[in-house]
Amino acid sequence: MSALTRRAALALLAAPALARAQGQARLVVVGGGFGGASAARFARLTAPEVAVTLIEPQPRFITCPYGNLVLGGLREMDTITFGYAGLVKLGVRVVQDRAVGIDPVARRVRLGGGESVEYDRLILSPGIALRWDAIEGYDEAAAQLMPHAWIAADGAQLRLLQRQLQAMPDGGVVGLAIPPNPFRCPPGPYERISMIAHWLKRHKPRAKILALDAKERFSKQPLFQDAWRALYGGMIEWVPGNVDGRVVQVDARARVLETELGTRHRVDVANVIPPQSAAAIALDSGLADRSGWVPVDYRSFEARNAPGIHVIGDANQPGPMPKSGFIANNSAKQAVASALAALRGAPPPEGVYFNTCYSHVAPDYGISIVGIFRPNADGSAVIEDRDGGGTSPRGDLPDQRRLEAGYADAWYESITADMFSDA
Amino acid sequence: MTHRPSRATLLFGLLAVAPLPAAAETGALVAQGCLGCHGPNGAGMGPVPALAGRDGAELRALMQAFRDGTRPATIMDRIARGYTEAEVAAAVEHFAGSR
Repeated sequence: MSALTRRAALALLAAPALARAQGQARLVVVGGGFGGASAARFARLTAPEVAVTLIEPQPRFITCPYGNLVLGGLREMDTITFGYAGLVKLGVRVVQDRAVGIDPVARRVRLGGGESVEYDRLILSPGIALRWDAIEGYDEAAAQLMPHAWIAADGAQLRLLQRQLQAMPDGGVVGLAIPPNPFRCPPGPYERISMIAHWLKRHKPRAKILALDAKERFSKQPLFQDAWRALYGGMIEWVPGNVDGRVVQVDARARVLETELGTRHRVDVANVIPPQSAAAIALDSGLADRSGWVPVDYRSFEARNAPGIHVIGDANQPGPMPKSGFIANNSAKQAVASALAALRGAPPPEGVYFNTCYSHVAPDYGISIVGIFRPNADGSAVIEDRDGGGTSPRGDLPDQRRLEAGYADAWYESITADMFSDA
Repeated sequence: MTHRPSRATLLFGLLAVAPLPAAAETGALVAQGCLGCHGPNGAGMGPVPALAGRDGAELRALMQAFRDGTRPATIMDRIARGYTEAEVAAAVEHFAGSR
């Protein structure tokens, strides 16, 4: 890691970060999800003079947000699947390959296919990796029996979980293993519980959900638990970490989730969401620290130990900001603006970061959490605004819930257009 | 002023040569947060109303009413309270000038 810092520092001395006098400045984006697609599109719209390349191995992007609605029977897979044609039409060069290495001195990204792509500024939005060493017995083979469905990729994991739910006997138990913080999409596991409950209530009303959690608290907890009691009666049992909820071992063939104190829960369907880290390229390039996530300067999202590389989305250390699609989209724009500013020798613009996470607990029943964040003066921390933000109010508020479900759908349509639309 | 700049100019004007004044760039970036729900370019999306092209004074008054709780809200009250007046004014300026 120190070698990287030294090399990067030398590179900075050797090559001042200015737009190239000959030809276009080159912005390269790694990862075509909420962070990367947003960055590529925003760069084309705001700086048409800059050449933008997007490196992404998948031909189509399936969103993790709204994946839970597929499990709930509210959405079909094709409505959460997007292509890159819009970005191509906007002039983004889309390279369908995997970024496997970064040379910060030569300013070059190495691709799995053997080629490499040079950049003047790099935006890295590679997402997460699952920590296969974190839960004993839970490896890639086990995930074929106990899906995580937490990285969408080609959608196979989500389809597997859906098929298992469909094949389960009525009266069966769906077990979830939920990781400690930090992880991708803090309210996601609890929206998933809600959506599975909604589906079970209609199709397998005698089934139960056993949610084994490593934590004692979770995002929007009172709102979720109010809704679970009101809508799903005794179907959902949530077991917090301090009541032996943390899953430490699995037996994928026997469909057993084993918790810290040795309790073995045999379930009919197991959805194991393991602890996570930044994606492999962030670890392999030495950008992440021992936490497994990438420390960044919160004014520009530049990696602390690699100037010129902006790391956005779930791979960075977000401080109090959630690892959400909204923050990835929002920080993508700050990263692009900062990268463009750096190319002209200017400091990053003043940052104000915004997040809204909606969760569906039933059709026509949405809840939300809002956060507004600002970097401190030296970019070493990001501070949540205390006057604004917060969760939906508690109470019997059917109009509020119905409106927020509609707003959630508007959010989904808006943000995916902001990532993939050709205009 | 009758000149209507392109979206790109509006956001970062003359990037390669000189940056926009800080307030305009901040406004453009604050406004980006609104697009997460208010549709492409703030044109509205389903039940979420359009912001682009709205009267600046009207938008400022709405945000103030959301902020002080005099206008009923589902989520905009929580959002409005999180922004400074200067940030709101900069974002409003951005939307009032766009369509």
